[in-house]
Formats: sequence, structure tokens, C-alpha cells
Amino acid sequence: MRVALFLLLLLAIAAVPGSLVPQRTSDPNGVVKYRKDNPELAQFLDSIQAFDVYTSVWFSSIYLLLFLSLIGCVIPRTLHHLKALRTPPPKTPARLERLAGFTTVDAPESDAATAIDSARALLRKSGYRVRLFEGPHLSVSAERGYLRETGNLVFHTALIGVLASVAIGGGFTYTGQKVVVEGQPFVNVLSDYSSFKPGRFFDESMLPPFRMVLDDFSVQYELENLNAYGFPTDFTADVSIYAPGEAVSRGAVKVNEPLAVLGSDVFLLGNGYAPRITVADGDGNVAFTDIVPFLPQDANLTSIGFIKAPDALPEQVGMIGFFYPTAAELPTGALTSSFPDLLNPVLALNVYTGDLGIDDGVARSVYALDIDGMTQVAGGDSGAAAIRLRPGETAQLPNGLGTVTFEDARSGSPETANGNRDSVLRFATFDLTHDPSRAWVLGFALLAVGGLLTSLFVPRRRVWVRAIEQENGGIRLEYAGLARGDDPALDTAVADFAARHTAGLKS
Amino acid sequence: MTDTLDSYSLVAIYSAMGVYTLAFVMFALDLAKRSARVPAVAEARRGQLTNAAGIITTLTHGDRDSAPKARYKFERIAFALVVLGWVLHVAGAVLRGVAQGFVPWANMFEFSLTSSAVVVGVFIAIQRWHDLKFLGVYITGFALITLGVGTVNFYVPVKPLPPVLDSYWLVIHVFVASLGTGFFAIGAGLSLAQLLQAGREAGRKSLALLKTLPNAIKLENLAYQVTVVGFVFWTFTLIAGSIWAERSWGRYWGWDTKEVWTFIIWVTYAGYIHARATRGWRGARSSWLAIVGFSAVMFNYTVVNLLFKGLHSYSGL
Repeated sequence: MRVALFLLLLLAIAAVPGSLVPQRTSDPNGVVKYRKDNPELAQFLDSIQAFDVYTSVWFSSIYLLLFLSLIGCVIPRTLHHLKALRTPPPKTPARLERLAGFTTVDAPESDAATAIDSARALLRKSGYRVRLFEGPHLSVSAERGYLRETGNLVFHTALIGVLASVAIGGGFTYTGQKVVVEGQPFVNVLSDYSSFKPGRFFDESMLPPFRMVLDDFSVQYELENLNAYGFPTDFTADVSIYAPGEAVSRGAVKVNEPLAVLGSDVFLLGNGYAPRITVADGDGNVAFTDIVPFLPQDANLTSIGFIKAPDALPEQVGMIGFFYPTAAELPTGALTSSFPDLLNPVLALNVYTGDLGIDDGVARSVYALDIDGMTQVAGGDSGAAAIRLRPGETAQLPNGLGTVTFEDARSGSPETANGNRDSVLRFATFDLTHDPSRAWVLGFALLAVGGLLTSLFVPRRRVWVRAIEQENGGIRLEYAGLARGDDPALDTAVADFAARHTAGLKS
Repeated sequence: MTDTLDSYSLVAIYSAMGVYTLAFVMFALDLAKRSARVPAVAEARRGQLTNAAGIITTLTHGDRDSAPKARYKFERIAFALVVLGWVLHVAGAVLRGVAQGFVPWANMFEFSLTSSAVVVGVFIAIQRWHDLKFLGVYITGFALITLGVGTVNFYVPVKPLPPVLDSYWLVIHVFVASLGTGFFAIGAGLSLAQLLQAGREAGRKSLALLKTLPNAIKLENLAYQVTVVGFVFWTFTLIAGSIWAERSWGRYWGWDTKEVWTFIIWVTYAGYIHARATRGWRGARSSWLAIVGFSAVMFNYTVVNLLFKGLHSYSGL
């Protein structure tokens, strides 16, 4: 017990650093930022696995030792308990008056055999295991609450079950993210994921074949409560699932309401705007045309996106775009977004020329632009103002580099009753998770709760009743109990039993 | 309509705070008067208790009836005030819930409001089984601080429920967490009293009023009984939270800062329960564990919510 206690307290302390230092699993960007801000400290922290506390050698060894000591405790206790289950209650102690709830009652009308017999029946009815002793005086010895130890063992064994389920099931778990723009498909193959985290035993053949198209992404905003104006109240992603050999099925993914697809769950994690941008180079050739997901930066969805046109001539063109769904001008002249929906969409672009740095074969993030080898030609200190565009507008790039167009997503008649609402497509970020360990973990966790409840609240106690024959006829009854483990209600229980038993004798 | 109800809710909360303040003063007066006239009966009662405790490990209920009950007038008035304050307090929480159309524990202000109401509610309810009114100063003090900080520092006007909280698990997970908090709070108070009482019994200089409280072993047993109930609720909180995390974020456990601290608290109290069965750890050491555990609960609620980065960023601030 001392070892278990020590390891438990050690485990509690060891878990603390993981909440103070960003963790790779839960906050990878935080780790990157931390390393940048404190390079030397980060190096030290990394050497002691402080960014991976919960998979670190030292944290793992604590909980593995804890479980080892747990197993070492559960096995002998189980054997002992199995033996106890077959052992009848022990002999009635000679001196009951030293035990809990000792009560005596004189019953001049009764005889020992009847009284003890009725005590035995009553105890048995109350769930006690009983045994009679002749001794110098007739007595009954009773014990109940074996379930307490059973619950205790079930609880601890179930914890081992939880750990085993996580360890084994985790190997078959996989989870991946994908950014999908309205109208576009996602195909469930490894190469189509934006990021993917496989378990140890993952194999690409485990991915069920299907295609999911994001038909529509809609957001509801609070418009009445001025304290929360523009507060999103609902996100819904309407999707169609195409699986081979099956009819198309439609479904919706909401926050807190994942969609089950062929043994996996699809979760809605994030959303934003994805303007379609076309760049024509100085020669009039289309150098770039694509839908670019912009990453939201604040609650009103001011978003940043990056456009790279490596094929532009005479020089490669890169742009950092700021998208404001409802643009408003600050006193400084800078733009900001004042509402998350598309009331006054404006795209502002800073334009760079030069080497995009993507020709040397090194993988580059699409969510960043390395401006080291580039010259800024519009926006910032370049001398030319940043380009501002509304949906459907085209602007000239400086220095005869060509044109850039912010395409209107509404085909045909742009001005509809919806205002600008459909002029820019939205994207949704989905998380697709397959985790076969879930049901096992939950099952064992519930078993643990059941075990915990019985081990804490079922009292294990012994009760004795002895009948001492008096010289003048009649008997004197002695009642007493013994707590085995925590049993705050023992005295009341003995007193109640004595009262009930005595009342039964009189009637 | 919403704003009107919300302002009524605040009126009820402020009234509750007023009544709690009176109760706090009365409880404090009661304790002061107890020190002044430590009754002989209490001394006798204590002797009997230690005697009983010397023979058996578990304590008895019977002694309470056998010893003549000391009457504390201020305590009775104070307790009546707590009940009145609690009714106002609950009315404040209910009005807030009605005003916004969902449960009043979706941001830090509301959680302060509801969890302190649960703490006081548990304190009132538990008197049915054990007379723990001597904890009144501690409980009303706790409720006053929580409500004060809640209304001054955490208050936000009624806002719609963020989609990420729009789940029936909000009702279960958070409410069970506040129930657990309620029992842990009382357990920590009893453990504190146990430490003081044990100090007095060891012959250290101490407050005279301690003579009117149950002896250290009785206090330790009471603390244990209350804390294990809290532990069961905390276990439920952990499991319900995992199920919700699975439905919301796609994984049942991800070592988010709040998950980490919920885990730390659970392990600490698991340690507390084991300490009871470890020689040398009963008494003061396990009392300290209960106090450390409750401090971690408070830390989890304040510092982790406000300063730590994580997925549970629902403070509304």
C-alpha cells in the first residue's frame, strides 16, 4: 500500500509539467513557438522529454510501475478473497462487550434455541452468511459485504483493462485531418489527407474506400442579442458520401455531432473562407487559378492566405492575402473585419516577386510564404499600396507583372437576395478518426465505476448474537458487530438489528 | 426579457451574498462565544468519544445521543440564514438559466454561481446525517469569495451557447464536476479542522473553540466519508468528460491542460484513499492530502481556466 501511495503521488506530480510546457500531441504549434522564443531552454526541456511528458520514459515508468504494483497486489488479494468466500464466519468471540455497538437485552420469556434460530433467520434474510456455535452459550456468527472486496478487485482489474485497451487499441487507431472546400470532394486515401497520424499497426488497406463531398457549409449567427452580435450559434456541414456499391448517402456533420462513415467518425473541427483567385502573368497567360483556404485569425474571421504562382513570367509571383468578410476601415486606414459573415468582403494582397523557393524540391508549407528571396512590390513599405479587391474584381499587378482576379463564386447572376453571402466559398476542416479501443475503454471504465461504488459503499461487517441462559429462566441476549473496512453505520446497524430481533421475539 | 431576467438574477445573487455575509458573521460570533464558554458537557463528551475510539477503529453514532447536546443560539440563527441565502442563490442561478435558455454553467461566471450553490447545498443537506454546522464560517466564506470574484471578475452578460458546448454532456459533465467540488470542499474543511484538532490533542497551543468540535479521529472519519463521495463524482466527471471529448474532438483523452489537471486531482484523491489504509499516513498526512487535492481543484478552476492554453477555453472572458 505504501508503494502504491508513493507511486500515485509521484504520478500526480509528474503530470504537472505537461500542463506548464506545451505538448507536441495536444499543442504542436505551441511547441514550435516555445522553441523559437526560448531556444536554449527548449533544448534542455527537449532532452528531458518535457514536450512529450505523457509518452516520456520517466512518466511511463511511473505508471508502469504503478500498474505492476497493482497487479502484484490484485493477484494475491483475489486468491485470498476466493478463499474467504468459501470460509464460513469465524467463531463468536468470548467477550462481545468489547466490540462495536454492544447491546444487551433481557428476554425472560424466551429460550436460547428459539432466539438464536430467529436471529439466524433474520440475519440470513438481511444478506448475512451465518454459522451457529454451541460453545458454553448458543450463539450465531454472521458476516456480510463480501461484495466490498469483490468491487475493490473489479475496480483495480478494470483499470488494468483500461490501460491494456489503450495500449493495444491505440495501435489500430488512426486519425487524419482534411480541409475541404464547398463543392469539392475528399477521397479517403492516405495521399488526400492534409495530415495523418497512424497507430503502430496501421496499414493503408485499413482505410475504407469512400468519397465525401462537402455540399454546403452554413453558419448561423446571433443577430438579436447585442452583447453577442455575430456570435456563431450553429455550424453545419452537409456532405454526400459515395461508397462503392452503395447508394449515395447524405448526412450532416455538426460540432458535437460527428457523422459515422464506414466504421470511422467524421468530426467538424474548423472552418473559414476559401477565395478563388486567378493570376494572369505579364504575357496574359493564366499563371495560377485556384481556391485558396484562408486561415482565420480572429472571431470575425479576418483570415490570412498565401498565393504562389511559380509559373508566372517573367518572374515568380507570391502574395500574402488578408481576407475581411465584413471589411471596415480603422482610423489608421488599415482594414479589419467587423462581422464574420460576408457582408462586405474585401481581399487585400501584398505582392512579392522573385524566387518562391519551391523549385529546389524541398517541401514547403502552403500556409506560409518565404519572402527571404523575394522583393515586395505592393503593400507594406514597397511604395505601392496593397491591392484591394471585391468579389468579381480584377486589378493590375505593379511593374507589368500581370493581373489578379478575386473570382465571384456565384456563377451567372451575382446580385441575389442573399447579398454577398455566396460570393466566397467556405471550407471546413474535418477530422476523421477510427478508434477501435473506444468501446473497450468505456466498458472497463464503467466496470471500474461499478467496482468503485461497491468497494466504497457496501459495508463489510460481522455481527454476533449470543443467548446466555439466566438462572431465573429466560435469557440475556448480547449483540455486537465488527467493522471490516470503513463502516460508519455499524453501530446503528447493530442497534437496529437488536431492536428488530427483540421485537420479533416478543410477538 | 432576457436582460430583465438576467438583472433579476443578479439582484438575487447580490441578496444571497448579503444574507451569506450575515450568516458568516453569526457563525463567527458563534465560534467566538464557544471559545468563551467551553461547556463542561463538551469536555465530558470528548472524553467518552476518545474512550470509544480507543477500542474500535470506526466511530459510533450512539455517543451523539448519549451526550447532552450543547445549544448554540448563534449557530442556529446563522444556519437559518444560510438556508435563506441559498434559496436566493439558487433562484439567481435558475433565473440566469431561464434568461439564456440553457443550463447556468457554460462560462466561468455561471460556473462560479452554480458550483458555489452546490457547495452550500451539499453543506445544508449533509446536516441531515452529520451536524457539521461548525464549518459554517468556512462554507459561507467560500461561497462569498466565489460569488464575489464571480460577479466582479468573471461576469459576462447572457450570450448564446457556443456550438461546441451545445451538448447534453454539458448538463451532466459540468454539474457532476460541481457536485464533486462541493463534497471536496467540505472534505477539505473537515480535514483542516482535523489538523487543528489533532494539534490540540497533541498538546499544542490552540483555539479554545476546538474543544466544542468532534475529536480528531471523528473529524478524520467524517472527512473521509465526504471526500469519497466527491471522489465518485469526480470519477464520473472524468468519464463523462472523456465521452464528451470523444464526441466533440474525436478523441477521448488528449492530455489537454484541463484533462491533465482533472487527472492530477483524481490521482491525488486516489492517493488520499490509499493513505487511509497505509500505516503512518492516517491523520495529519491524509488530511494534508485532502487539502492539497481541494487546492488542486481550485487551481484547476481558476489558474488553469484563465492562464493555461487549452481546449477548455470557455471562461467567456
